[in-house]
Amino acid sequence: MAKYITKRIIYLIITLFIIASVTFFLMKFLPGTPFSNEERLTIEQREILNAKYGLDQPIPVQYMNYMVNIVKGDLGVSFQFENQPVMDLLMNRMGPSLQLGVQAMIIGTIIGVALGVLAAMFQNTWIDYGSTFLAILGKSIPSFVLAALLQYYIGVKLELLPVASWNSFSSSILPTIALACFPIATAARFMRTELIEVFGSDYITLAKAKGNSRGEVAVKHAIRNALIPLITVLGPMAVGLMTGSMVVEKVFAVPGIGEQFVKSIMTNDFPIIMGTTLFFAFLLTVIILIIDILYGIIDPRIRLNGGDK
Amino acid sequence: MKKLLEVKDLHISFHTFAGEVQAIRGVDFDLHEGETLAIVGESGSGKSVTTKSIMRLLPQGNSEIKSGEILFNGENLATASEKKMQKIRGKDISMIFQDPMTSLNPTMTIGKQIMEPLIKHRNLGKKEAAERAIKLLDLVGIPKPETRLKQYPHQFSGGMRQRVVIAIALACAPKVLIADEPTTALDVTIQGQILDLMKDLQKKIETSIIFITHDLGVVANVADRVAVMYGGKIVEVGTVDEIFYNPQHPYTWGLISSMPSLDSQDEELFVIPGTPPDLLHPPKGDAFAPRNPYAMKIDKEEQPPMFKVSDTHYAATWLLHPDAPKVEPPLAVQERQAKFHASIKGDK
Repeated sequence: MAKYITKRIIYLIITLFIIASVTFFLMKFLPGTPFSNEERLTIEQREILNAKYGLDQPIPVQYMNYMVNIVKGDLGVSFQFENQPVMDLLMNRMGPSLQLGVQAMIIGTIIGVALGVLAAMFQNTWIDYGSTFLAILGKSIPSFVLAALLQYYIGVKLELLPVASWNSFSSSILPTIALACFPIATAARFMRTELIEVFGSDYITLAKAKGNSRGEVAVKHAIRNALIPLITVLGPMAVGLMTGSMVVEKVFAVPGIGEQFVKSIMTNDFPIIMGTTLFFAFLLTVIILIIDILYGIIDPRIRLNGGDK
Repeated sequence: MKKLLEVKDLHISFHTFAGEVQAIRGVDFDLHEGETLAIVGESGSGKSVTTKSIMRLLPQGNSEIKSGEILFNGENLATASEKKMQKIRGKDISMIFQDPMTSLNPTMTIGKQIMEPLIKHRNLGKKEAAERAIKLLDLVGIPKPETRLKQYPHQFSGGMRQRVVIAIALACAPKVLIADEPTTALDVTIQGQILDLMKDLQKKIETSIIFITHDLGVVANVADRVAVMYGGKIVEVGTVDEIFYNPQHPYTWGLISSMPSLDSQDEELFVIPGTPPDLLHPPKGDAFAPRNPYAMKIDKEEQPPMFKVSDTHYAATWLLHPDAPKVEPPLAVQERQAKFHASIKGDK
């Protein structure tokens, strides 16, 4: 197992290197510079700024400098926020986004799987139809509509939870609900389909033939097998949630990373774009690694024996 | 011999979008203690549905036992509660499935899967169940049972997996073992081993076996009695010798004639023409009539009753009616019948 993880971490570093390179060159192909929006600057002033940030050097030299700095753990300084290091900005902004993402993911998976299991066990009854209805609602209502509804009814009318602030756990509840709807719906639909297929398999008939009740069959034999494909879907979804939902963050005034990322693209803030992209890539690759390890725990057929079996 | 299981006039239908499929249309048979009853017939004849209904494992919702009784130990399983069935399944009646590659749970160790019915029905603790599971694995001929116990199904070959399935089925020493084509998915050499194992274990555990197959060669090897199914009915039932050497129903004639034998040389094998009946619209008369070269007018109009040939041998064909004309069965069957009558005379 340790050997396998070491191998995967080496792959992870190579992946990040490739992503960093591709993002770097793609950005250099973008028209404009970080300072082209500042109309008041004279040509001389711009040249001074370019020289200050090293943007006057040939692109291969810039690339080398950037890569060397990354290895040192230095992601550069932001252009738009007065010389703040990118690392500090990311860390400040990442916290709320991660918290919301993890909360939404946990709630989404638990409720989604539960709904899916119920729907599959009571296929073609009102429980199934009810779960399907909820899932379709969850998938088709845009999160900002739901966010506004939650704010109005729970925040303003009932005054149960804060409407839009970020200072305590209670202020994270509404945005978490808004974010969790999509994972709930996805997990519920996926789980239902997989479980119905598993229920039709021979080993489930054998489990029944041993004298197990319906509930025992589902809990002991079916759910674990139905979870395997679900993990594949949940991984990338987790990254999507943790890296922030711009809309939900904006509506609930959450100081997260989603908003900042968009702003930096608008202003050609290279170091922030690079830093955020790398951070997202890092999260994604780490989560994929976790998922691969999880597979092994759930499915013995792909248990990782040092990667050589 | 005592009757262990009695199926009386069983009717089972499936409700589909196209309408009601009458899969089983009046099946009667008995199973005696310690015997092996083979149920043969082509795909769709109702073999599996009949046996699944004994364990009440038919898909819930769209299947229905319309009428009839399944008597086991004086209890009618056709109307028994789900709770009652859960106590019987795996303890008194258990089942071996066709495909060992899919009938074991891929995410559970072999040991756990064998221990499950033991813990459930015998109230054994984990340790005792594990010890018993090791004995069972040894009994079904799996080497190094202690290590094998902790392994997963993918670490076993097809033949080994079927041995594990047999171990699960026999864990609680059931009175009835239903084997639904247990050797169909295995290659021929393994088939022989599994059949020998089953015969051997039957003696040790004293269980009765219902053996479903479409392989007459297997039937000759394992069965004491044979029931031939066609179109949701049993058309002929008798001892192995009676069915193989003195068959009466034209469908059984067809099955016997289409069997390769050591004497048959380059000649083409016999094929029963046509296809099985559509049970969505079951025929009014004998279901086999459209494919039967010996069919008479009455075959198309009225279903034949079971005619008695001997105390153990019955067949549902109008040819056995006293008024029916004498017909010559196919050559292969005539030869077998000649041997059969000669042996009866020899006995006397």
